[in-house]
Amino acid sequence: MHESAAQIFINAFLANNFVLAMFLGLCPFIGVSGRLDTALPMGAATTFVMLIASVCAYGLNGALAALGLESLRLIAYIVVIASSVQLVEMVLKKYSPGLFRALGIYLPLITTNCAVLGVALFQTAREYDFVQSLVFAIGAGAGFTLALLLMASVRERLQLSDVPSVAQGTALSLMLAGILSLSFMGFAGLGG
Amino acid sequence: MTATRTDRWDEFMEGLWRQNPIFVMTLGLCPALAVTVSAVNALSMGLATTFVLTASCFLVSLLRKRIPKEVRIATYIVIIATFVTVVDYLIQAVSLALYDALGAFIQLIVVNCVILGRAEAHASKHPPLPAVLSALGMGAGFTLGLFALGAVREILGAGKLFGISLFGEHFQPWVVMVLPPGGFFVLGLWLLLFSAWTRRQRRKEAIQHA
Amino acid sequence: MKPAIDPLPTTPTAAMLRTLAVVAALCGTIITAAHQGTQAAIEGNKRLAIERAVFKVIPAAVSVAEYLALPEGRLVKVGADKTAPAGAIKFYAGFDASGRLVGVAAEGAAKGYADTVRILFAWEASSQAVTGFGVVSSRETPGIGDKILVDKDFLANFPLEAKLSADMKTLANAIRTVKHGTKAYPWEIDAIAGATITSRAVGRAIDETAQALLPRIAPHLAQLEDRP
Repeated sequence: MHESAAQIFINAFLANNFVLAMFLGLCPFIGVSGRLDTALPMGAATTFVMLIASVCAYGLNGALAALGLESLRLIAYIVVIASSVQLVEMVLKKYSPGLFRALGIYLPLITTNCAVLGVALFQTAREYDFVQSLVFAIGAGAGFTLALLLMASVRERLQLSDVPSVAQGTALSLMLAGILSLSFMGFAGLGG
Repeated sequence: MTATRTDRWDEFMEGLWRQNPIFVMTLGLCPALAVTVSAVNALSMGLATTFVLTASCFLVSLLRKRIPKEVRIATYIVIIATFVTVVDYLIQAVSLALYDALGAFIQLIVVNCVILGRAEAHASKHPPLPAVLSALGMGAGFTLGLFALGAVREILGAGKLFGISLFGEHFQPWVVMVLPPGGFFVLGLWLLLFSAWTRRQRRKEAIQHA
Repeated sequence: MKPAIDPLPTTPTAAMLRTLAVVAALCGTIITAAHQGTQAAIEGNKRLAIERAVFKVIPAAVSVAEYLALPEGRLVKVGADKTAPAGAIKFYAGFDASGRLVGVAAEGAAKGYADTVRILFAWEASSQAVTGFGVVSSRETPGIGDKILVDKDFLANFPLEAKLSADMKTLANAIRTVKHGTKAYPWEIDAIAGATITSRAVGRAIDETAQALLPRIAPHLAQLEDRP
């Protein structure tokens, strides 16, 4: 079955949203989504890292398959993703301090975000080619950003409302996420 | 002697209850929500995570004096990834159906923050025995949390527990519970319950102290 | 973390590299051991899973052989060498106790409602029809999309005509899924009302694989009959 770029994007972005349908990247989703102004840079930084991870994973998978070392795939992915993020961080710091200030504090956090490793693992499992992998990474990043933005805006509104104190905190965030996830189910079938 | 035994027990209970990774610390939520559509999946995921957690903590604790500070995180990640790969093969060897049901989330154990957190905060500072006990406690706590989610979702969403029908055939399954939103709702409700219970407990203590 | 007031003595690079090498060697050994130790069991499990799935869609079969249909039209048995050449399509041939070919089974996939639906369907050469199918993996909504396996009206679509055209290059009539209650030809699938998207995925998955695979298999049926 051949999936077109548009199908892959729509699926990763809406129909199978990484956060709300696949449960990837929940830690930042619950932790960082308190304010709208941090949600966007966080989302942008994650998308950026996902792109790097996707390119690395594509190259690595080819190399490991050629060597017959598929059993080392997971170790190779996590080490290469972590170190390439570190490298990007250093490059950004030196050549683009403005961008570094905007994204920098989020980069180390993102390395252990399961959405990033998820992109790498899913694109391998689905045997995407290079372009498909890139589109998938962008779609997943955009979906993550969208979920973060929606959640942050709802939570900002909630600060003004009267919530029973027993429900405050993570419990309330999860309920909200459930309702968001419910509404995202309406997108199912879009990617057909 | 008794004192150390209590300490050991304490080490174990810490993760199982007081610092329960799911209900108290809300860590490792991704697998907790993604694979808990049935009690069996939840238990298997819990056991797999416990294995990785315990084995990694044991190795980290053994090597704790030899691992240079500068590269410790990288070393921990490599060790964890090793045991995740091992578990990946083991599950495939035991049951392919289970492997397909858990999917990519077996490999994603590697980024479960509970494991890296334990390795860094506990195993790197303690000798092997307490490190393993504490890891076992954490793992048991994680498994308990997953099971609590998986059992509720399976009962409500499919009317079954461990694949055995609980209600008659007229039961209309509450399908949304085994779909993604159900995961969020059930965990939210468990947390609500937990927070209500701790508040009650605290109020009781306050009355007793007064 | 706050910076330590008394900076820790830095480890010399050589020592650092040595430790890393030891850890890497240790981890490599563990992984290789696990891989070697479980490989036989995993292979066995996979073969068992395939056999079970194929027996389900070809009930008359008692043994299964795995084949590749190469783009130029040759059929080769899958042996120890697992690498499939580009464009090859994998299929399974099911034989009865006397070694006669009773059906071929192949996987197909299409986008369903929630995610990709993967199915395994069986084709019978004598009747030139798809005799049945099973689900390999699907995340369709429980109670709606998974009706494709239990809905009596839907299962009544099979056997489904999948005749090759006169020139043996395509199917004579493409398999397609039509709205519930409007099935007019034997190559059409009557969709389940309320689960049209999943029904359509089944039709598309069968059609796509059948169009590519059957023209390659049909001229060489004798090779399969004569079980090596």
